[in-house]
Amino acid sequence: MVRYGWTGRILEVYLGDRTSRVIEPPAWLYEKFIGGKGLAGHYLSQHLDMEWDDPDMPILIFAGPLVGTRAPTSGRTTVMSRSPLTGTVGDTSVGGGLGTKMKRARYDGIILRGSSNKWIGVEIVDDSVAFVDASPLLGLTNGDAMDLLAGKGSVALIGPAAQRGVRFSSLMVDRHFAAARNGIGLGFAKKQIKYLSIDGGARVPVYDARELVRAREDIFRLVSASPILLGESGIRNMGTPALYDLMHTRRMMPTDNFRTTFFSDAPDLNANAVKERYSPRKKGCTGCHILCKKGSRDGVVLPEFETLSHFTALLCNNDLHTAVRANELCNEYGIDTISAAVTLACFSEIEGERLTPDRIMEILGQIVRREDIGDQLADGSALWAASRGKPSLSMSVKGLELPAYDPRGAYGMALAYATSTRGGCHLRAYPIGHEILRKPVATDRFSFAGKARTIKIAEDTNAVIDSLTACKFVFFASSLEEYAHALTAVTGVETTATDLSKTGERIYYHERIMNARWGFSSKDDDLPPRFFEEAGSSGPDFDVPPLNRDDFLGARGRYYKIRGLDADGAPTRDKAKELDLKWTG
Amino acid sequence: MDRLVARYVAKMVEQRIADDGMPVLGCRDSDIVWSREDPKITGILEDVFEHLNINSLLHCRPAEPYGSMIEYLAAHSDGAILPQDTETRTFLHDLPLAASFTMEEVVHNLKRRKTVILPGGEIISFGTVSPQQAFIGFSSVCFACFVKFMSDRLQDYRAAKMDDPARRIMDDALQKLQISHTHEKISHGGPYITQDEVHREMARVGRLTVMNGMVDSYFGNISYLMDDTLYISQTGSSLDELEGTIDPYPLDGSSCAGITASSELTAHLRILETTGKRAILHGHPKFSVIMSLDCRVEDCDGAGRCHLECPKMRTIGDVPIVSGEVGTGRYGLCNTVPEAMVGNRGVIVYGHGLFTVGQTDLDEPLNNLLDIERLCLDEFVRLTS
Repeated sequence: MVRYGWTGRILEVYLGDRTSRVIEPPAWLYEKFIGGKGLAGHYLSQHLDMEWDDPDMPILIFAGPLVGTRAPTSGRTTVMSRSPLTGTVGDTSVGGGLGTKMKRARYDGIILRGSSNKWIGVEIVDDSVAFVDASPLLGLTNGDAMDLLAGKGSVALIGPAAQRGVRFSSLMVDRHFAAARNGIGLGFAKKQIKYLSIDGGARVPVYDARELVRAREDIFRLVSASPILLGESGIRNMGTPALYDLMHTRRMMPTDNFRTTFFSDAPDLNANAVKERYSPRKKGCTGCHILCKKGSRDGVVLPEFETLSHFTALLCNNDLHTAVRANELCNEYGIDTISAAVTLACFSEIEGERLTPDRIMEILGQIVRREDIGDQLADGSALWAASRGKPSLSMSVKGLELPAYDPRGAYGMALAYATSTRGGCHLRAYPIGHEILRKPVATDRFSFAGKARTIKIAEDTNAVIDSLTACKFVFFASSLEEYAHALTAVTGVETTATDLSKTGERIYYHERIMNARWGFSSKDDDLPPRFFEEAGSSGPDFDVPPLNRDDFLGARGRYYKIRGLDADGAPTRDKAKELDLKWTG
Repeated sequence: MDRLVARYVAKMVEQRIADDGMPVLGCRDSDIVWSREDPKITGILEDVFEHLNINSLLHCRPAEPYGSMIEYLAAHSDGAILPQDTETRTFLHDLPLAASFTMEEVVHNLKRRKTVILPGGEIISFGTVSPQQAFIGFSSVCFACFVKFMSDRLQDYRAAKMDDPARRIMDDALQKLQISHTHEKISHGGPYITQDEVHREMARVGRLTVMNGMVDSYFGNISYLMDDTLYISQTGSSLDELEGTIDPYPLDGSSCAGITASSELTAHLRILETTGKRAILHGHPKFSVIMSLDCRVEDCDGAGRCHLECPKMRTIGDVPIVSGEVGTGRYGLCNTVPEAMVGNRGVIVYGHGLFTVGQTDLDEPLNNLLDIERLCLDEFVRLTS
């Protein structure tokens, strides 16, 4: 039985008959999967024979052992199911206070099982679980619904878009934080859960508070030394749009549906432009001192880097306010900004229609309401492009639309997009850290040399971070070395960076096993053909050529070997055994 | 891979922290590429690779005097060497010692820390992204152990308990250093008027800074203000290889392209404000660091927190010593150095390094850096003679 850091309790909620029970997993299970994404994956893997919309497919909301303690930037939460958008493992790490409140209610996780026969809210306060009629909220935008739910602790809510079946719908937490990717919001809608609120008053017990203070000081010292985090142009001061200028100068800014990588209007749309026009104020997750999120004076959440880049350069839009309005609409109706923008760009290219600011807003409105052309685009770019006979013009991997880092400008990113277990995601390995931001050290962004192992190691590390459940940004400065110290202090379970990394390898391989069972293979670990056929935009003293297909496949082959997969990217029985994973191949 | 391995081995030799032919550096993607084959070493390191989730491993006994200093410190430490300099405090935390060169001992230590020291003074370090990390780890251990060894000798001398082996190592080191610290004044003149000139001069002065032993590895930074834009070395850049790693930071904040600028950008900006100077250089010259650690104030209220905040006004010659940690934050050196720089040619940060300034060109801060380091070396020699 666990006593420190973890609560030792998971709440199972049965939506069909509106009951709940608490289960107490054995200590070895926690040590094997840590918590957060790792532990959620354990429960997801018991449903490999199900489609995403099977009533028995659970939705898993899990926090890690550091959540609710003084460990820095450790207030995040994993929300996981099988992805309604892609059919892969569908997890998303979300900020806000959800995980902290869950831990204070003495739960490490919540498993939502079955389906309700009408729209409900699940309200949890410590040991009490109530099922509440949510029909009064159905016609409201997220902001208005959140107003009505004020005082209920942390609230996770789906918006009108999920209710109408948009495949890339999100789950909004505490008004400002999106569990955006993979269409996790649609999973909630399928079960007819409009919202989940949670509040609790317990403290998370810590094994050795003095050691935790020491680990904390080490982490704070490193964060203070990080220009990316706390520097003049860092994300504390400027928010994640601080990356906008960098992507512009490196010729990595996806423009015009990835047809070019340079947007000439970018200097007028950057973080400074946002700052001058909206006078941002700092916001952040519970327990974080970096405060990367920015809101305007009147309370509107301002776009993150990905959203700002895609709603400007990707759509060839030079109106900053349109990007801000689009971001607000996505949040108010509950859809993923990245998938939405890429889907619009795909539409623009296939239809040959340059989208004006008004047209962007019009089609977005049609998507969230699933009406007119929006009804078709609401299934995402991959299905829509395929329906038009041009599947290659969906800039996605495994059906998940690509974020705002063009892979022709960072070859590690190219490989990481391809191997990501949830599709076109930058956060599984985030090689931008070393290829662009020079952390922990700089690597050659135009080379695949050494990148196969680097990506594998980073995937393992990030699997640990998402299981702790900490923020990846802090790892621009810190490492598992410092977080192993914090975890040992919190739980009393002796661990090291290497031990954690091995656990991360287990968690990631587990996802490969699940995806393989769901039919994914090497044919899915690939990029849209555009990146191998068309050059990006050249810089003043460098070219951005198309990716060399043979080099890419060589790196992917080495990755498979290093990851312990066969030549087709499939898991093997021997490797599963080595990692103490159940073989389901 | 081969190119990367060769590059960092060459850099170790160039920076005089390893003798030619000594480093064994391995880099692993799907297969391992070694800088040289030595079955006694690579055999064990290959096993180490199997137990750690890493992509590079470095084994080397450092060149003299580092090798002897580390061997001495290892023999006189229990479990780990605990230097007090900033590089160790911030990035390495402590320097664990292995009881023997076996796979088990190496793995046990590298599971927790970035480096391990073997009984013979050899250092093993690793990287997860690039062999550059292994190089930095190795270099930082050399720097930290040099500083600790010399700081300890200063204390030994005062307590009249320095043993002969330590004295021999120290004297040998000083003899070599006195030669390499001899330098000629350099003057190319400024102010610079084109971006190309700024880049060229920053690269030239950066190289001289490294060649003169004023900074190791990928530490240190340099900047120059021209036309309301501060040109500054990027974070994690090497001062002897600055080409392509200089960021422009417009003072009006109109671009964030400088997000990759040095972690000391804030300090540089504030120094510009407080002094009106144009050129700034920051290095980690060893004797400036050693002398900054040599505080003889007794019963100090700030004891144990010297790196964070110091209640005393300390100087070496005309040069102030201040507290402050890397970067920003409550105890960041950006809060202490700029004010102390007013009316001074340089400021030493406790346990960390030295900032110097110049009015029109970058040679002036380099000369200031060399002069102040010479001052500190002379003071050290005076105190230990």
